[in-house]
This record gives sequence, structure tokens and C-alpha cells, in this order.
Amino acid sequence: MNWPEVEVADAITSTETENGAQRLRAGLWRENPILVQALGMCPVLAVSNTAVNALTMSLATASVLLASAIVISSLRGIIPPQVRLACFVLIIATFVTLTDMLIEAFALELHRALGAFLSLIVVNCMILSRIEIMASRQPVSVAALDALGTGAGFALGLVTLGSLREVLGFGTLFGNRVMPEQFEPWQVMQMPGGGFFTLAMLVIAFTLLDRRFSRRELRA
Amino acid sequence: MNEAELWALFLNATLVNNFVLAYFLGICPFLGVSAQLQSASRMGLAVTFVMLVASLCAWAINRLLGMIGAEYLALISYIVVIASAVQLVEMFVRKTSPALFKSLGIFLPLITTNCAILAVALFQTRRDYGLAEGLVFALGAGVGFTLALVLMAGIRERLRLVDVPDPVKGVAVTLVLAGILSLAFTGFAGIGGTA
Repeated sequence: MNWPEVEVADAITSTETENGAQRLRAGLWRENPILVQALGMCPVLAVSNTAVNALTMSLATASVLLASAIVISSLRGIIPPQVRLACFVLIIATFVTLTDMLIEAFALELHRALGAFLSLIVVNCMILSRIEIMASRQPVSVAALDALGTGAGFALGLVTLGSLREVLGFGTLFGNRVMPEQFEPWQVMQMPGGGFFTLAMLVIAFTLLDRRFSRRELRA
Repeated sequence: MNEAELWALFLNATLVNNFVLAYFLGICPFLGVSAQLQSASRMGLAVTFVMLVASLCAWAINRLLGMIGAEYLALISYIVVIASAVQLVEMFVRKTSPALFKSLGIFLPLITTNCAILAVALFQTRRDYGLAEGLVFALGAGVGFTLALVLMAGIRERLRLVDVPDPVKGVAVTLVLAGILSLAFTGFAGIGGTA
């Protein structure tokens, strides 16, 4: 298995000549954290059984990423390189605790449904990789746009996953019934196995689509 | 808590609510280190050990923070303590067994960001486990992680000889395999009660 190293190496070389707007687009498609880099899936797949859970989880993750990217990028001259990982993790953990408390205060039901997985955002490798590659080396504006793009790409992948699983597993979308009454819910989609299968299908679909697009670009 | 209940807890964490296949925890090393049987089992061993240390530390942290009334610091304390524990384990392994240290390579420090470790600490806090229960739970979770990793490595060693369609190669086929394994593990449902 060789994808994370290759992707990360590409990302480092490609950032040198790019500006913020390009970083924003890269996070959405070409370097999509879920579908291309397969990063940060651990605490996330577990709560992708409904669209609402997926949306909350991805918004929480994206806001933690954005806030920590801005803070770490503005502190990048101060943090000594020897202890940088510990500093990053401390800053991320602070924002995760904040987000956790905010969701608990405003949406107790959701907080119960997400459980310990909200706290697990701390060890999301997607966040740490964006911080290490972009925020600790780039000015605040580029780091923030990169975080926004990656966060949006993350949300795109996760909400698609959650919606698919909810429609097929419960016959509803965001709690509203979309399938006819006779529809027999697919039990497997509610189970953990369904999460793995759906993600695999999404990755395959993404690969095929991406190939078609790049072929068209070559012809043009 | 008697012996039977501890066994139930252990079986539950190992088979029914397997960390990798039921909770999607530790997916990164599960996909990254599962290409070879030998490194998979060693990784499992290291993770199990760190889980036990983390469980012990989390228990102590909870008592300590409870005393000074600062529970909101729990998450940050877990992270810092787990990171230092991994650092200690790394030094210990390097001194006592350089061969093992070499074979684990980068994945030893990466255990710090393994969500399965932090999850052990978080779950045992959430479920109010005592010291003994916490340790048994951590051991069960570790054995379950090792089991999933070794199973996956065994399948993937055979997969090398199979003709996989081009767009499915890599991540996708591994995910499909994980899905099938996860479905197979639902057959254990009911063993060890519900938790």
C-alpha cells in the first residue's frame, strides 16, 4: 500500500508555486482528503450512518481544522521545531474541547449520538497532516484557504457517504422520507460493513470520474 | 465485578465490538501495516501494550482531575500522557530489542495518533470502568485490533496473486475486504452480552 506517502510528497512539491485560491480547489477535488488521500477516516466512518451525523461531524472537524490552522500559522515563527508536534496537538486538543462543549450546549441529542467520536477529532490524521504540510510553513491567508478547501472536501465526501447510507439503510434523508413506503431498508447499510462498502464504491466512482475528466483535459 | 463479567467484557471488546471492524478505530494502521503478516502481528503487540499503559494512565488522570475538579482538561491530559508513554515505550524497545525497533520503524511513534488508543481512554471514562475493568477492556481491544490486523494481512498476502481490476486497486479493494470481514464479525453478536 503506497498512497499516503506519494500523495503527501506531491502535495509538498505542488504547494510551492500555488496560491490560496488554487489550494482551496485542490482540497475539494484533486487532493480530496477522504477520496484521494484516504486520511482521517477513523473517527468519521463510525458516525456516517445518517446524513445529519455526517454533516455535524464534518462541520466540527472542518472548524477545528480552520481554527487550528489560523492559530498555528500565525505562531509558526515562535514554535520551536523540536517540540512542534506536541504544540500542534495541544492547540488542536484545545479547539476540539471547545467544539465538544459548544455542541453539548446547543445540541444535546446530537452530542449523545456522536459520543466519544467528537473527542476523537484530536487524533484525526487529516488535520495533523494539513497543519504539518501547510499551516506550519505558509502565511495565514494561504493556510486558512487550504484549511477551508480541505474541510469542504472532507465534508463533501463524508456527507455523500452519510446520505447514501441513510437513504439505503433507513429510506430517509436528513430525517425526511425519500423512498416509497414499500421500500425495504438495506440492513447492511446500517451496519459497520455498509460503511466500508459505501466508501469503497465512492472511491471507485471518484477514480473513474477523475480519469474521465483528465482525459477530456488532455484532448482540449 | 466477578470473573465471569470480566471475561464477558474481554470477549465483547475483542469480537463483538471489535475496535477496527465495528467502531472504525485505528483504520490508518489497519490499512497501512496490514500488507505483511509479520509486521502486522508486531504492530498489534505494540498497540496492545500502549493501550494497557493508556488505560492505566487514563484511570489515574481521572482520579487526579476529579480531585481538583478540572474534568474539562481530560482530553488534553490524555493526549499528552499517551504521547509521553509512546516515547517511553520507544526508548525501552530501542534499548532492549533493536531488531524489533527497526522492524516497527515509523509506525511506533505513529501509535500516538492512533485513534484506537485514545478511544480506549475515552470509552472507559464514559462507561465508568474501574481499574480492573479498564485494563481488561484495554487488553480485549488490543487483542481485537491484533486479530483484525492479522486477518487482513493474511488476506492481502493472498490478494497479491489475484487479478484485481485497475480502478479498484489499492484503497478500494482493501475497503471492500474490510467490509466483508466486518460483516463476518457481526456473527459474533450476542457473545459476552451488550455493552
